[in-house]
Amino acid sequence: MAQAVATKPQPTRRSVKSMYPTWFYIPAGVLYVVLFAIPTFASFYFAFTRWSLQDVEFTGLQNFITFFSEPQLRTGFTNTFIYGFVTSGLKVVFGLALALLLTGQLMARGYLRSVVFFPVLVSAIGVGITFKVLMDPFDGLINSSLEAIGITGPAWLTDPQWALYSVALIDVWKGVGIATLIYIAGLAAIPQEYYEAAKVDGAGGWKNFWHITLPLVRPATATVVLLSLIGGLRSFDLIWATTRGGPGFTSDVIASVIYKQYQAGFYGLSTAGNVVLFIVVTAIVVPVSYFLNRREVER
Amino acid sequence: MRRRAKIRGIVVGSISIVLSVIIFIVPFAFIFLTASKTAAEAALFGFTLPTEWALVENLTEVLTIRNGLIVRAFINSTVITVLSVVLMVVFAAMVGYVLQRRRSRWNPVVNFLVLAGLIVPPAVVPTIWVLQTLGLFATIPGLIFIQATFGLSFCVLLFRAFVSTIPKELDEAATIDGAGPLRIFFGVVAPLLRPVIITVVVVQAVAVFNDFTGPLYFLPGDENATVQLTLYNFQSQTLNQWNLLFMDILLITIPPLVMYIFFNRQIVAGMTSGAVKG
Repeated sequence: MAQAVATKPQPTRRSVKSMYPTWFYIPAGVLYVVLFAIPTFASFYFAFTRWSLQDVEFTGLQNFITFFSEPQLRTGFTNTFIYGFVTSGLKVVFGLALALLLTGQLMARGYLRSVVFFPVLVSAIGVGITFKVLMDPFDGLINSSLEAIGITGPAWLTDPQWALYSVALIDVWKGVGIATLIYIAGLAAIPQEYYEAAKVDGAGGWKNFWHITLPLVRPATATVVLLSLIGGLRSFDLIWATTRGGPGFTSDVIASVIYKQYQAGFYGLSTAGNVVLFIVVTAIVVPVSYFLNRREVER
Repeated sequence: MRRRAKIRGIVVGSISIVLSVIIFIVPFAFIFLTASKTAAEAALFGFTLPTEWALVENLTEVLTIRNGLIVRAFINSTVITVLSVVLMVVFAAMVGYVLQRRRSRWNPVVNFLVLAGLIVPPAVVPTIWVLQTLGLFATIPGLIFIQATFGLSFCVLLFRAFVSTIPKELDEAATIDGAGPLRIFFGVVAPLLRPVIITVVVVQAVAVFNDFTGPLYFLPGDENATVQLTLYNFQSQTLNQWNLLFMDILLITIPPLVMYIFFNRQIVAGMTSGAVKG
């Protein structure tokens, strides 16, 4: 083996350098630095100021104190966690269930796969407006159907208790297709021999699921959890299209607070919201990703 | 035993089909039916066939509303989508290629920046501030650069993974033939990247076309509106014309649907990449 390597003409260090020049990084690097890195770093300064885009006045921690002392902003903070965890939890459960269903023996598998995936392609605004009508408390299709079978549905998006969860449900409806696809790919990667060996040992459906499928589909679970957490914690467009944070501010999340403060001209406060969101996302996503990937390596 | 499994497949399949129709087909049918109704009937929110089909009338009315605002929005969205995806693909492919091929002490730094680009939420007002300084705020080129930047990380990950399947010997052979790095990349490597390029183009085109937050912040104003913005603005203006609103939704959903019909395998490949490797 060592000989084979030695006899093969190795490109010198210099030629490797010129074959794969570092300047290939520059076009992407310029965009990244100017439009992403600089604004991100600048946000850590402007978050501590009163800012009108022209004038900057350093105010210390004032923005963060405002952020956590005003009830409507604090609601946005806690709602972000609820929204992120509810959507990503439901996507894991429904995504895995649908994937198991769609990889089994079933009629019309192709049709079902397409149908589950299709909402992914519709814009959040389109989905939001459609569900605003479907979830209308009186005339909406959902509540009139429920009434037909004798159930009085909640007021969904207009009920302060339900608004945030209603949006989360719409989000799951729209996004479960991606989770399902990821799980289908993950299930396909599990070697059939494990199930055959389990059959010889006399294990049944539930045992297979708990001891083979669930542990071995873990990389897919990690991907689904991380993607939906990153998306869910930052989520803005669906919430804005359906409730605009209402009724009152009961379905506000950090991202919608950022937009509201921006609209009101409180640029410093809006940027402080961005910094809070940055901290929330990294403080959740980085440990979760570390945990999910470490366990995988150990096994 | 096998027959029982087959019967179970049919039973479970039928139940799934019924449920899928209720959960997934009905909302889409509802969009279509509402878009075909007269204004008065659409306002009832009923899930019924229109008593009077007004599909064509609604279509012409939506297209001519406010001097063809929607048509202009379609042109704007198309320009933004095409150009930002071209930038993303070329720039990210160059990064993915060098990142995979060359082992250097910069690799961990670049990998970290790529992951940061995926996770960190963009800082909105400071980005507007930078765009204003550059004279790009509220312009179409500005939004093109923004969309290209925000999509870079995802593309780099896909390209890096795919470049590893192309044998390095090809680059070396081309060097021996006297080709420079640009010739090697665009002449030899890029054609072999075709499958992943299609995936990236389709996935990102749908993402950019459907994006609402980007235009909302970085492209305010009516004359440059994108399709998602017109839909959003319509919602607040045409209060009692649900038929027109849903016609707009229908129109805007057609381009991604066409993409899906032609490229569904590539879309699936893009969305599930990383599912197996983690």
